[in-house]
Amino acid sequence: MAHVNENIKSYRGFRSITLLCLVVLYAPLVIVTIYSFNASQSITNWEGISLRWYADVFTGPESEKFKVAAFNSFTIAIIAATASTAIATLAATAMVRGGNFKLRTVSFGLISLPLMVPEIVTAVATLIFFNAIGFTRGYMTILVAHIAFCIPFAYLPISARMQGIEDSFEQAAMDLYATRRQAFTRILMPLMAPGIISGFLLAFIVSLDDFIITNFVKGAGVETLPTAIFGSVKQGIKPNIMAISTMLLSISIVMVTISYFVSKSDNTK
Amino acid sequence: MPGNKTDAIDVRNAVKRYGDFTALKRISLTIKDNEFFTLLGPSGCGKTTLLRMIAGFEDVTEGEILLYGDEIESLPPHLRPVNTVFQNYALFPHMTILDNVAFGLEMRGKTKAAARKRAGEMLELVQLSQFAARKPSQLSGGQQQRVALARALAPQPKVLLLDEPLSALDLKLRKAMQLELKHLQRETGITFIFVTHDQEEALTMSDRIAVMSAGKMQQLGSPTEIYERPRNMFVADFIGETNLLEVSVDEVRNGRAVCHLGGGHALTCNSVEGIGEGAKVHMSVRPERLFMSDVPVEAESLKGRVAENIFVGTDISTLVDLAEGPQFIVRTSNSDRGNKRIFEPGSEIFVNMELGAGRLLMD
Repeated sequence: MAHVNENIKSYRGFRSITLLCLVVLYAPLVIVTIYSFNASQSITNWEGISLRWYADVFTGPESEKFKVAAFNSFTIAIIAATASTAIATLAATAMVRGGNFKLRTVSFGLISLPLMVPEIVTAVATLIFFNAIGFTRGYMTILVAHIAFCIPFAYLPISARMQGIEDSFEQAAMDLYATRRQAFTRILMPLMAPGIISGFLLAFIVSLDDFIITNFVKGAGVETLPTAIFGSVKQGIKPNIMAISTMLLSISIVMVTISYFVSKSDNTK
Repeated sequence: MPGNKTDAIDVRNAVKRYGDFTALKRISLTIKDNEFFTLLGPSGCGKTTLLRMIAGFEDVTEGEILLYGDEIESLPPHLRPVNTVFQNYALFPHMTILDNVAFGLEMRGKTKAAARKRAGEMLELVQLSQFAARKPSQLSGGQQQRVALARALAPQPKVLLLDEPLSALDLKLRKAMQLELKHLQRETGITFIFVTHDQEEALTMSDRIAVMSAGKMQQLGSPTEIYERPRNMFVADFIGETNLLEVSVDEVRNGRAVCHLGGGHALTCNSVEGIGEGAKVHMSVRPERLFMSDVPVEAESLKGRVAENIFVGTDISTLVDLAEGPQFIVRTSNSDRGNKRIFEPGSEIFVNMELGAGRLLMD
């Protein structure tokens, strides 16, 4: 079967290019993670393993600032993910189950456009919009902006899931005396659950990690974790930043992993 | 016009249009109470569309549908006392078998306990009680099929609609399910409307069959009527196997027609209404109503040469090239070999039609 072995692995340089990419992508993350356990004051000298910088995040001089920022970040992420998931679910239902209505392609384009537009453009546009309508910048402006830009992230897994569910299930439910609403809540929703959960987690992570838009629309004094970290870094990188980054990284990894496995689980078969 | 309370389904001048395309061209038919009724036709003939219109999944463009005398064409599916067995079964994948069967009963207002009790009885009826706690994906195709049947029958619908439910099963299982369906229909006394493209399946199970093609009803009748007295070319060709001859009609009298072939050979056969003298039409004769001989034995004998004998288990099909016409198939049952002869390929023979075997057809 040698002739079939036109495998990409057999190309020269495949291994080294792959390695190079992996190193460029992950070396910084690995180094930050390792150095977050450094006992030293310095960010470059290794002086042994310690959890002192993790303790510093919670009790150190900057802990108060980080606590407020973390509270903001998590409440905004939860509310924004919930709201955008609800909107995305309704949008997906209309798009996938609404038949072939006019402007369907346009609607899909509008929903997914924010994924293609450079974030800085969205950020500036959002800022100008809030200014134009006289919305005072603060917690609420961040929340509204997050709900808006999280919608396409929640929409994609939900609509992908929905497309995989044949409409004969709902028809069977209605044939068996379920009203349209009952068919939606008893049959379609449970079948869509993996997509909805995965969409929620994705929106949550995107909101939690967002810096650019948040930085533009936040008012003075209101910080989220990413903007608070950025603020600290401007005064020089201290090891506690590495600790807090590592914690954020692990939350992201956990969320993305859950999202992956949930969307893999197929209860329609 | 009020409907007849004793007819299960009365379809009146039903038309279905999708934009410019007309899927159903003014169909009218009456399905009797407690009948096993089959809508038969090739794919795209409109049979499934008609079924889905009765179920409520498709709007009726024009016309009426009555269920035991009540107009139902404007009711949503959940208000129609009919249930469907879907082609792909559409069992709810996230529910157990028991909950699947109980779903319709619960939606009709039964308590969970009462619905489950009745669902358990239904599973017993289709011999799947031991699988009650499983999910649909853990069952074989045949078992899923029976669950779908139990689920649709559990709420005791007035009419059960079956949309090619056996097409995904292998031949043996399909044959067994055909009998089981027929028994179930008799036992429950529920009117069954069965959609299929398989003529053999239709002939086996149905009390009456509506043959459809291109959105039109071609013929409605019992399996025997449809097989033995097809009205037109489409029905004769679609149901079973048949031999066709182009003929010109010379004389029609008392349902019999005298006609001749292109070469002048004269034949007598059964006529149908609407065919008059001078018409150029087709005559159909079933292969099993033919027999071969070395000398002509009936008035209706056609000269030919044996091309091939094909052994198909219970019978032998002989292909005969007619001197004055196309190739004919002659079927000789193995049990008939005592009085019917088989000839070697190349033999010059006569193909004889049994009395009354030939029928003229409308185009």
